[in-house]
Amino acid sequence: MKRAALWILVAALVLLVLPQVLPGYQVSIATQILIFGVLAMSIDVLAGFAGRTPLCHGAIFGTAAYVVLYWTTVAGGGIFTGVALGVLAATALAAVFALLAIRTSGVYFLLLTLALGMIVWGVCLRWTGVTGGENGIRGLGRPEMVADHVTFYYVTLGVVAPVTLLMWRFVHSPFGLTLRGIRDSETRMRSLGYNVPLHLFLAFLASGFFAGIAGALYAIFNDYVSPSTVQLTQSVAGLLMAITGGIGTLLGAFVGAGAIILLENTVSAFTARWPIVLGITFIVIMIFAPEGIVGRIRLLRARMRRVSSP
Amino acid sequence: MLLSLENISVQFDALKAVDGVSLNVRQGERRAVIGPNGAGKTTLFNAITGVFPPTDGKIVFDGRDVTRAPPHTRAGLGMGRTFQITNLFPNLSVAQNMELALRGRSRRKFSFFGNADLTVDERAQLDRALTLTRIGARRDVLVRELSYGEQRQLEMAMALVSAPRLLLLDEPAAGLSPAERAIVTEIIRALPRDITIVLIEHDMDLVLSLVDWVTCLNNGQFLAEGAPADIRGNRQVQDVYLGRRHA
Ligand SMILES: Nc1ncnc2c1ncn2[C@@H]1O[C@H](COP(=O)(O)OP(=O)(O)OP(=O)(O)O)[C@@H](O)[C@H]1O
Ligand SMILES: [Mg+2]
Repeated sequence: MKRAALWILVAALVLLVLPQVLPGYQVSIATQILIFGVLAMSIDVLAGFAGRTPLCHGAIFGTAAYVVLYWTTVAGGGIFTGVALGVLAATALAAVFALLAIRTSGVYFLLLTLALGMIVWGVCLRWTGVTGGENGIRGLGRPEMVADHVTFYYVTLGVVAPVTLLMWRFVHSPFGLTLRGIRDSETRMRSLGYNVPLHLFLAFLASGFFAGIAGALYAIFNDYVSPSTVQLTQSVAGLLMAITGGIGTLLGAFVGAGAIILLENTVSAFTARWPIVLGITFIVIMIFAPEGIVGRIRLLRARMRRVSSP
Repeated sequence: MLLSLENISVQFDALKAVDGVSLNVRQGERRAVIGPNGAGKTTLFNAITGVFPPTDGKIVFDGRDVTRAPPHTRAGLGMGRTFQITNLFPNLSVAQNMELALRGRSRRKFSFFGNADLTVDERAQLDRALTLTRIGARRDVLVRELSYGEQRQLEMAMALVSAPRLLLLDEPAAGLSPAERAIVTEIIRALPRDITIVLIEHDMDLVLSLVDWVTCLNNGQFLAEGAPADIRGNRQVQDVYLGRRHA
């Protein structure tokens, strides 16, 4: 436990000092990594803990972003109400998705959530009067006080840190353990007295809530939202971040978000075919390190411990 | 009566796996259900626990009609079971498996941000069940790393720990060595008398020493019922077990 505290201290220090040493543009990449880390964690709650791999979180995340930008620009409302409404909308959308999807599992769950996400994308594309269609919604610029990269980074960190703590507590709570039980054996859980669909519903709701927080932050960060934000590619990227970091590790989400976003930034200097690179990365990870980066490190450490102890 | 089944049938497409079985189990009774492979014993357990609700008939548990109730509701009323094919949480530790077993009927399962550590009460219950089933020394091991015999013991520990009123044991000793079978027999014998037990088991020697009453099924139907010694001497029962067709 002492060691864990040390790690947290080191991570906190690095995160606090980072914007002081990075050039401006890279600070905004770090901000983006924090935001997408939350999205990837929200996916991990379902994929890693409850054993249900979703492909709709881009839609949930993007819905929050749409609501925030619609509220602050078109409706002329305040930023805080906008964020609250965005997160609420994401959670409500997750509730609807959950009702439709929780009775399925495996590939059926994957495909059903994919289809639900596509519907949202279709709506964003066609409902031009509200969503601006292909043009999307452009914000009025970040609020004055968080306009520069460094300040915005600290504000994001100030939101992401407590959210991460909350999510950590969530997956390690008695309820979080029930999700891992469901992942391993639903029939056993039922016979022990658990209402499995109810637990999955609540997990989906929590996951949507956290994805909504990420989406709301993204809206302010990016100050622009378009159908590509709710697209399947976004859901896939989020899932890939969770998998790259290590499914079921929660914090691996940040490692995965970092790896994918840095890769995207490097690759896009050479080619516009990011989705193809994303797809290939996915395949490579699934073949060579299905347990992800953090998962692999844990595995190696466990093995070393076993070798060193008699 | 703690449990009564009235004319229970379970139909799978063309197959009637359980066919019009009636059964009454008294509070505190120890009952065995025997029958050749495919007789419908496990399916009967699945009907009782709600995994496959009966297509026909009525199930009353503790004065309540539970015929259509989902499995978790029945568990909440005090039905516990083990599985013939080991059904545990392989990626969790023994202690975590037990925590899940312990909290299935408590409100703590809905603690969303609380600490998962055991309370003093929970720890006492868990220790008692692990000691009774003799796997206390393995509590921090991942379940997938346990031996098969230990997994069978954990099956029982998990069914026991939340103090069920009715315990359904589906071949708890299946696939075990003679030495391990002896351990399981001892564990069952040592269970508190206020737990009503229905035990599926093929081994008549094991059955004989554990239960007061035996029900024999064949082809999904009730075949015979009686004290263990009488069932052992029963011609019809001998016939189905030896695979002869009786007229
Ligand atoms: N889910 C199912 N779908 C279709 N048929 C099933 C199903 N479960 C069981 N059966 C069939 O029902 C019949 C009774 O099976 P059951 O498992 O209840 O027998 P059993 O008495 O427990 O046998 P054993 O001693 O081998 O465990 C068998 O013919 C089996 O193939
Ligand atoms: Mg069986």
